[in-house]
Amino acid sequence: MRRVAITGLGSICALGRDVPEFARSLAEGRSGIGPIESADVSQIRFPNGAEVKGYRHAPYFDDRRADFIDRFAQFAVIAAREAVADAAFAWTPELRESAAIVTGSCVGGQGTEDIGFRDVYKLGQNRVHPLTIPKTMANAGASHISMEFGITGPSFTISTACSSAAHAIGQAFWMVRSGATDLAITGGSEAPFSFGILKAWEAMRVVSPDTCRPFSRDRRGMILGEGAAMLVLEPLEAARARGARIHAEIVGFGMSADAGHITQPSADGAARAMRAALRDAALAPEAIGYINAHGTGTPANDPTETAAIRAVFGTHADRLAVSSTKSMHGHALGASAALECLATVLALRDGILPPTANFREPDPECDLDVIPNEARAARVECAISNSFAFGGLNAVLALRAG
Amino acid sequence: MSEELSQRVIKVIAATKRIPVESITIDSDFMALGIDSMDAVEILFALENEFDVNIPDEDARSVRSIRQMCEGVERLLAAKAAR
Repeated sequence: MRRVAITGLGSICALGRDVPEFARSLAEGRSGIGPIESADVSQIRFPNGAEVKGYRHAPYFDDRRADFIDRFAQFAVIAAREAVADAAFAWTPELRESAAIVTGSCVGGQGTEDIGFRDVYKLGQNRVHPLTIPKTMANAGASHISMEFGITGPSFTISTACSSAAHAIGQAFWMVRSGATDLAITGGSEAPFSFGILKAWEAMRVVSPDTCRPFSRDRRGMILGEGAAMLVLEPLEAARARGARIHAEIVGFGMSADAGHITQPSADGAARAMRAALRDAALAPEAIGYINAHGTGTPANDPTETAAIRAVFGTHADRLAVSSTKSMHGHALGASAALECLATVLALRDGILPPTANFREPDPECDLDVIPNEARAARVECAISNSFAFGGLNAVLALRAG
Repeated sequence: MSEELSQRVIKVIAATKRIPVESITIDSDFMALGIDSMDAVEILFALENEFDVNIPDEDARSVRSIRQMCEGVERLLAAKAAR
């Protein structure tokens, strides 16, 4: 089987409009969480989110093209453009025909759907905008990336709530590793700041009234985020042969289902996904130096994830650094795992482990080295990135420094 | 606390959890009734509709028993009446 290199990186989120800005924010431990501006939150119990502040479709898309693309798919295309430019490969007709696109999204363009439903239910109008369906579909991100670059190879979208992008990146990784494709653009995108979606999250009572404090004893829940991250994957040997910059390698992917509760996480399910990723990577637990945690900052997730990490890593858990970058870019649902995979790549590449921001008070139930508040300079050889979705569908990516 | 109020709360819980009203008493605790955190969130939603009140997350967090739930609803109704 072939080794798989990450040769291109792209992102847009609350931490910046491109990867260098994202990396700077993580290194500075600067949170992108603030008052929500893109939706009316006067009737919402939580005021804060992690938005792409002041986002407009210009200069990224002209007006007519933007008419066809929901904000979540715009983010997907913007991140893909940066990743493709960063990878700096030469397009050939054969490559356009064989390249793969695998994206993740949880709610897709529900923001567009929300407007259509308001029109018919609340305003009593008799019709919704004709682009409601093509803007809402969760695969719109993959479709618009394919049109952007003229890619005609295998392209699809995976929707597994908060694990969507990890399942997507994992599939793309396996496709490149097996030889099914020689190039993949993969990641996730999300834009959930719409009144109806926020109301639904409010009803679940899992969103923090102030900010996201993963692993901190005084944590009060998650903070929603938005944005996208995309990666370009290639066979390592081919990437080396063309002199590409190797940001990192993906070496393993593991999945599991809790088969338990629709929202309560299970330590056993999480542990099985981590073990599966290590097995797929042929790595011993002791090889891992950093974990980018799922770390939502909810009362339920963080102790469960801590228990799962302890179950998998044993005494090595005390020599591991673990952080939740959701404390800075928020929980961007189907884009989260892509942002977190990107944060993990940067940690391996730059030797700077991102912190858990907003941390105030150790919790005996989350007794891990969570890199509180300040990034740490450390060279780490291998890392994993955890994603554990509502619905109990878990996905873990294993990465190695390039 | 009025018997009527506690009976209304119990009825809401029974309907939401789809268990017989008789299986719930004012002294039942959530654990014994098999009420997990998602059930609790659904019950809060049903109570908000039944009594036309808003139950803040902070108030909801510490509630572990039917009695605490009834007391909480009573407080919110009193606050509503005072406005």
